[in-house]
Amino acid sequence: MNSSMREFRQGALEILPVLVAATPIGLLWGTLAAGKGLSPLEAGLMSGSVFAGAAQFVALEVWRDPVPWMLLTVTALIVNIRHVLMGASLSRHMRGIDRRWHPLMMFLLVDESWAFSERRVQTKPLTLAYYFGLGLPMWVSWTTASTIGAAVGRSFGDPAAIGLDFAFSALFISIIAGFWKGPRTGAVLAASAITAALVKFAVPGAWYIIAGGLAGVAVAALLHTNEAP
Amino acid sequence: MSLDPTIFLAIIGMALATYVTRVSGLYLMRGVMVKGRLKTALDAMPPAILMAVIAPTILTTGIAETIAAALTATAAFMRLPFIAAILIGVISVVLLRMILG
Repeated sequence: MNSSMREFRQGALEILPVLVAATPIGLLWGTLAAGKGLSPLEAGLMSGSVFAGAAQFVALEVWRDPVPWMLLTVTALIVNIRHVLMGASLSRHMRGIDRRWHPLMMFLLVDESWAFSERRVQTKPLTLAYYFGLGLPMWVSWTTASTIGAAVGRSFGDPAAIGLDFAFSALFISIIAGFWKGPRTGAVLAASAITAALVKFAVPGAWYIIAGGLAGVAVAALLHTNEAP
Repeated sequence: MSLDPTIFLAIIGMALATYVTRVSGLYLMRGVMVKGRLKTALDAMPPAILMAVIAPTILTTGIAETIAAALTATAAFMRLPFIAAILIGVISVVLLRMILG
């Protein structure tokens, strides 16, 4: 097996537990989308082209008849603004990868693949094959699961009854734990969580994500000392 | 299989908006030397943003969600496998909702 194959497999193996957790979330999203009147084709098209779980859940909250396509576009932009910061951070580690691949790499940028990439670069450099090993299975499973969810529709019953609505949060908590580096991380997380929760109450829409993220980053910058990493 | 024109327009709009956010980060940091305080700030971004996404759910939905989040975090910090931590979260939220609801 050549090194690209090995790297791809490495990424796919690492992301596997996330796939297991994300597939029910995709099914759930498809089910909710069908409830809002999306056909399986439309649900699959959205998951395949937008490919952003948080934004797609928020979109269904905003969804009504007639479909407010402008509002949905702006909402997607706001929820996903965090990608700008994520891409900026990741671009520092993409210098060894052929520029031609960068646009496709960015299409596959989601919270999970990004978090795993950021964790990997703490020990070894990022490779294209590893990144695709994370991103492609995510894309395939998310698109497939949401299409199936929309096709099967409401026959799953109430997702909250089996705790599926909490799977997304639990998945994120598990990923966050991998970034723990001590009390300073605790301060960053507390600032982010409190700010996000307060802004969500005060400001309509999805601005709370940006507000919380920036609050956490500001605290990290404030606590920075030159001797400690 | 149906494809409604307005829904199609919404999907295209959302997809383009999302891709713009994904690709623009690439050009933001071109030629910037990242070290010191800036590096610390950027390194804090992954946990800070992930936390901001879920904070309203785990802090303001109800006591069951908050306790389940704490249990999930404990499991994750004990270095339990990913899936185990998520299962603990999902199962505990169901049980807590039954007990507390």
